[in-house]
This record gives sequence, structure tokens and C-alpha cells, in this order.
Amino acid sequence: MAGGETALREQVTAAPDRRCLWDREKSIRLTDLRDGSVLGTGLPSLAGRSVLLAVESQLSAALALIELDGVARRIVILPPGVEIAHLAAIAAATQADAAVVDDGSPPLAVIGHPAQVRCHSSIVPMTESAANRLRTEWVLVTSGTTGVPKMVVHNLASLAAPLHAQSPADGAAVWGTFYDIRRYGGMQIYLRALLGGASFVLSDSEESVSDHLARLAAHDVTHLSGTPSHWRRALMNPDLGKISPRYVRLSGEIADQAVLDGLRTAFPRAVIGHAYASTEAGVAFDVNDGRAGFPPDFLAATRDGVEMKIADGSLRIRSPRTASAYLGAAPPLAGADGFVDTGDIVEQDGNRCYFAGRKGGIINIGGMKVHPEEVEAVINRHPRVRMSLVRGRQSPITGSVVVAEVVLSPGQELERGRQIEVKNDILKFCSNILPRHKVPAAISFVPKLEVAATGKLVRRQG
Amino acid sequence: MSVKLTIIEQMEQVAREHGKILPPLKEDLVLANCGLDSLGFAVLVARLEDTLGIDPFTAAEDAIFPITLGDFVKVYEHGRR
Repeated sequence: MAGGETALREQVTAAPDRRCLWDREKSIRLTDLRDGSVLGTGLPSLAGRSVLLAVESQLSAALALIELDGVARRIVILPPGVEIAHLAAIAAATQADAAVVDDGSPPLAVIGHPAQVRCHSSIVPMTESAANRLRTEWVLVTSGTTGVPKMVVHNLASLAAPLHAQSPADGAAVWGTFYDIRRYGGMQIYLRALLGGASFVLSDSEESVSDHLARLAAHDVTHLSGTPSHWRRALMNPDLGKISPRYVRLSGEIADQAVLDGLRTAFPRAVIGHAYASTEAGVAFDVNDGRAGFPPDFLAATRDGVEMKIADGSLRIRSPRTASAYLGAAPPLAGADGFVDTGDIVEQDGNRCYFAGRKGGIINIGGMKVHPEEVEAVINRHPRVRMSLVRGRQSPITGSVVVAEVVLSPGQELERGRQIEVKNDILKFCSNILPRHKVPAAISFVPKLEVAATGKLVRRQG
Repeated sequence: MSVKLTIIEQMEQVAREHGKILPPLKEDLVLANCGLDSLGFAVLVARLEDTLGIDPFTAAEDAIFPITLGDFVKVYEHGRR
């Protein structure tokens, strides 16, 4: 086939027999795809097309992807809850001329009436095999906070190429993730599980954290992945003790020392790794030493095919795992030299590089710049604190001041009288570490912080 | 607690945190000489917004420039009405 690769279906069905894919209701044996299909007789009609994967069910999406790779010219992976207002723009930019749907799909009348194939809710015997062997484009749709989402072009190789960093062997593994697999963070883990011969437990946005943990425990999850915000939420849940993964992975946001230490305490025997990855730049590296940040020598040499450099303060990445392009009206994904600007600010402190925050997220305090994330990382280290959100608040004197919303650790709920005492203690803690202008001017305690469907803390312009 | 007492208490708190020593906080104290720098005042105004529920400076249509501590207190007392 083009590109000399084997389509995903062959790779998945060649692996050992006992591997499963689980959602809340179903257990699917992946090897049943050898002579079965969820797309059934509709599959050959999708050959060579640009196919919107518009199913509501994550399990259906997970299975349909396996069948579409190598058959469709392009798979456009709609994230759950995609805004209907954006569908027309997505369909136009991706030249979608077919769709895979289920009962929960968004109405596709807005994009004309593409050929539609209904995804079966279980694997049915396959009567006819789709012969096309294309190098399929996988298009991930990123959820921007405003405007039309970006459509990022990958292929199976760029999504699945493994890093060689040491992480526990994937064989006989059961992977789980707090992400939906239709987002980059989840997709990458899903493909890693599929190609590594592991079983996989799908998340469910309707499910409570307790129920999700119970389900992960029931399947003896060995490898579990999520954002630091996902993990902080899990660390606040008494049911976390039900699972005992041997590999705990963080990605998608800055992993600060506090969350790494919290996970170390919760899982003393696990390998705790944080990965750097973005939809555009791909997976760049894994760090497994339990410390926030990464060693500066990552910037010095090509590792796992990944080249990294800092320009204008932000991390730039060029690798075989970076996406190839955006579709539609969007600026070029990479610079002329092929490096993708991640927008993540990296600062070196001694023999370690740390992520300071996002390029656009800087708070300006009378001309001095503060990254919310660097203040959060300090607040989160306070023993009473589980997580925090720092933002700028308008100030008549300095333009902005730093303010923080803080979620206390479980069991730390305070009667009103003690709030001031704890606030002052957190302020003192910050003052000992941070320069004066970075210490929050005001702290408020909140019961929880909003985490978006992407697993990231919701930041609003303050 | 009166507005004035709240302001004085918060000024003392911010001064402590910023390692500044305040002169006696009298009505006619000129703010520019009180020892708090602009960051100190920015923090003070943010704290007062949380304790008194108002930021009279940002809320006002015209720029307000209190000269003395007495003026400063009046801005808050006026803003609370």
C-alpha cells in the first residue's frame, strides 16, 4: 500500500485474542473485526471518500476508525459536542462527501446531504471487504475557545509513532484515559494501546469520577492517562484507592510538582510520567523522573526523531509526529523551517527547563509580566491546596493584579473563621517563593474549578 | 467594622506582607508618603474590593486622585452609599 504501511485493521486483528475495548455498557473483542464490521455493507461505499466521523457513541467512533483507516481518503474526527454552527465550515474545509452516523449524530442537513453510513451498535459479520488501501488522512478537530475550530491533518504514523522513552511494557496492558479518544490526548493513547496489543477502557462524559474509577478498577487498569486537571480531580476522590496502575501518565497541561507528588503518594509503586504533546506538534517527549519540567539536554539533541528549540521564549518542535497542515482558512501550521511554535513558554532554571505558561496568557502588572501557571504551581504546593486558578483582575493602579481561586484538599473545608488564617498562610507561602508582584493580591476559596471537555482548566480573560 | 477601620487594618496587613513600615495612619497622612508603593496600593484596592465589595476607582466615571488617607477613606465611604 502507499507509504508501505499496514492499515490499522490488519494491525489490530493480528494481535492476540483476548484484547477488549470496553465502554460503560459493552465489551468488544477486537479480534471480532477479523471477519466482522460495525460499518457492514456501507463500508465499501466510503472507499476513497472524505468521511465525517459524526457518531455520538465513543465506542462506535473507536471501532469505525479501525475500519476506515486505509479505506477512506480522509477521516474527519468530530469531537463530542461539536457546535452545529461549525459543521458547515468543517465539512467545507475537509471536502467531506460522506459521513458515519448513529442515532445521536448532529443533523447533517446543514452540510447538504452527504452519503451516510449508519454505524452498527455491535460488530456484524462482514460480507464484503473494502479493497482500497490508501494512506488515509486523519483530521482532528481542535476545540478553540472562540471561532471555527482548527482542522489538523495527521496520519496513522504521525499519531501513533511511539517514543522510546522508558515506560512500563505495554504487553498485556489495560489502558485507560480520562480523555475522549476523539481528542488528540485520548487518540494518541488509544492508538498506542491498539498497536501495543493492549485492551482499552473508554471514558464516558456522563459518568461520575467515582463510577469511572470503579469501572477502571473492575478492568484492572494498568496504564492510565489524563491531564493534570483530570488527575487533580481524581486525587480528590476517595475511590482513587480502588485502582493501582503501574503507569500513570499526564499530558495536555503543565504537570506541576504538586500533582506529581500527589500521584507519587497515591501510587507509590507506579511509574509516573508526564508527556509533552499538542495536537499540532505531536508527542515530543516523556519525562519519567517524577520531577516537573524536563532536562535541558532535550533541547540539545534530536531524540526519537524530535528536534526542539526555544525561539522568542517559546518551545518549537519539528518531528515525524507533527501534524502536516491545517485545512481551511488558517495560518501555516509550521514555520518555513518546519518547526511548530507551541506557544508554550519555557524557562531554564539551573539544570532544568520549566514550562512557565502560555504566550497569550500573560498578566501585566504595571509592566511586569506574570504567567498564571507559575503562580498556580506555587499555590498548588501548599499542603492544604488541591488546585488553583490564577488570573488577572483589573486594577486602577497597576493595570492588573494577580488573583487566585483555590480549591482546598479533601477534608480541608473550613469554617468561615479559619478562612482568613489559611488565606494568610497561603499568601505567606507564596511570598517566600515568589517575587512580590507575583503573589496574589486576593485569594478566594471555591468548591471546584471548571474543567473543559478537553480536560484542561477553563481560563477566562480576567 | 467601619470602612475606615477596615482600610487601616488592610493597609497594615499589606505593609506587613510587603515588608514596609507605615507611619501613624492619621487622616492627613499624604498617601504618597505612607510607604506603600503602587503595587502595594494595587493589592490594597484588590483586598478592599473583596472585603468592602467595591472598587470605587474602577467604578468611577471620572478619575479619582485621593491625596490624603482621609480622602482615600472618603472615596470608599462615598462609594458604599
